[in-house]
Amino acid sequence: MQRKPGRGVAIVGAGMSKFGAFPGLATRDLFVEAFRELLASVDKGFDARDIEALYIGNFSSDLFEGQAHTAPIMADWVGLTPRPATRVEDACASSGVAFREGLIAIASGLYDIVLVGGIEKMTDLPTARVTDTLATAADVTYETPAGFTFPGLYASMATAYLHAYGATPEAFLKVGLKNHENGALNPKAQFGQRIADIIEARKASAAKKGKPIPTWADELAFLNDERANPVIAWPLRLYDCSPISDGAAALLLVSEELARRFTDAPLYVIGSGQASDGATHDRPTLTGIPAAQRAAQLAYAMAGVTSADIQLAEVHDCFTIAEIMATEDLGFFAPGEGWRAAIEGRTARTGDRPINTSGGLKSKGHPVGASGAGQVVEIWKQLRGEAGARQLPGEPCLGLTHNVGGTGQTCVVHIFERR
Amino acid sequence: MSEKPFTGTAFYAFLKEHKLMGARCPTCGAIYAPPRPFCPACFNAELEWVELSGAGRLASYSVIVIAPTAMIEAGYGREHPYCSGVVELAEGPCISAQILGVDVAHPETIAIGTPVKVAFIERGEGEAQKTFLGFEVVP
Repeated sequence: MQRKPGRGVAIVGAGMSKFGAFPGLATRDLFVEAFRELLASVDKGFDARDIEALYIGNFSSDLFEGQAHTAPIMADWVGLTPRPATRVEDACASSGVAFREGLIAIASGLYDIVLVGGIEKMTDLPTARVTDTLATAADVTYETPAGFTFPGLYASMATAYLHAYGATPEAFLKVGLKNHENGALNPKAQFGQRIADIIEARKASAAKKGKPIPTWADELAFLNDERANPVIAWPLRLYDCSPISDGAAALLLVSEELARRFTDAPLYVIGSGQASDGATHDRPTLTGIPAAQRAAQLAYAMAGVTSADIQLAEVHDCFTIAEIMATEDLGFFAPGEGWRAAIEGRTARTGDRPINTSGGLKSKGHPVGASGAGQVVEIWKQLRGEAGARQLPGEPCLGLTHNVGGTGQTCVVHIFERR
Repeated sequence: MSEKPFTGTAFYAFLKEHKLMGARCPTCGAIYAPPRPFCPACFNAELEWVELSGAGRLASYSVIVIAPTAMIEAGYGREHPYCSGVVELAEGPCISAQILGVDVAHPETIAIGTPVKVAFIERGEGEAQKTFLGFEVVP
């Protein structure tokens, strides 16, 4: 039996901090920035004291900042104590799952108005320790002792994918190019630059230093140059990987019957699905993510829609291969066809399947515990016609988010409708 | 064949004795490597240890350049990349391990499906000495 929420839930406000590297700013500072934008986003205004509970996604402030127990701090810093504040940790899916917990809390009838947040502060640590911290989202008994890092685990799925489907790594580079194109139009993105802009910046930097000016025939030549785009974990290179980021996002959820008290353009949450899985090596396939397939099936069934109905999606492109697998796991393309679709430009803003109009985790940035909530912010903007230079034409009314924890030990999918 | 509990500690203690051990479910016959204390296929909780042949084939891999702290301490990193992979064992299950005997300077030459056999990798000294799971290409 396909269960439905006990009552409908809508989003009536959304905000995010800029994503990037911000020395001197802690998660609480970034969360306040996101909350301020949320307050300003509620069309008819509201009294923040009406918020009844908080669900905060956060992967590992414990290791990144030396600060655990972060949810009550967020509540305190936006003036919302003594309301219950719950931290949700499912690795990089933390705030996607926090969103689902907020949805369930309202659907249960316990609360009418809930604040969902996502926070992460990653850039205080050196890269090796960030790598170590991210690797705690894998199985530290049986995966990391093999030498696997997070890029390494996704790279191993990439070699399995290339082998199974005869795909070429050029498809990965195309995903990165596309997401940088989109991110260049997003003022909140960590990389507000197209690859072409990065090439020009490299040339300008060399000229300024009086060094020989490098030349590349085109963007693909740049991305295939080991010096410009070094291998991190073969076949994945630097520009296949999402960056190390700081950031926060915040969403205001209310029961459906209250929604129009806050705005005439709420987003209704019509589908929600979540699934779990074991270690990467224990799965029946390495060329897709079974928990994502399962979460998508559950969300489509709850929403009463199919993959063909979805007009835009923010998917978890922590690595370029992950975006290609996501477009297959979500049913947008048949297994083994996602890489061709990427090369053909079908996932660009101008394509028939726009994916990651925000720039995705690749370009917008990936403060891991904030990424799931950040995806919802983009759907909020696109479905309300507020996405500025990257706005999709045709007034889209159905969007989807796909947020993965680890290599797919957790996946959560949500479907949103503007009516 | 052993009274050891089905823990990670026991798995690594067996590796130290150069034994690759899995768990077998006597009810449904499923084999688990890494070992498990509980059979998720038939929900039986009475498993038994089984020594695995150590033969397998490479199911996926990566040559890792940006290494975690533990591998940097083992001498790997930007100048000395290494290969990690998933190996499909002859008995059926898949397991993660470091892959030896491949040309890490030319990762495109490493072939999925390559036959491999178990190798035992010793790292650390004295009290900190530990045996890690590896596989090497069968010549």
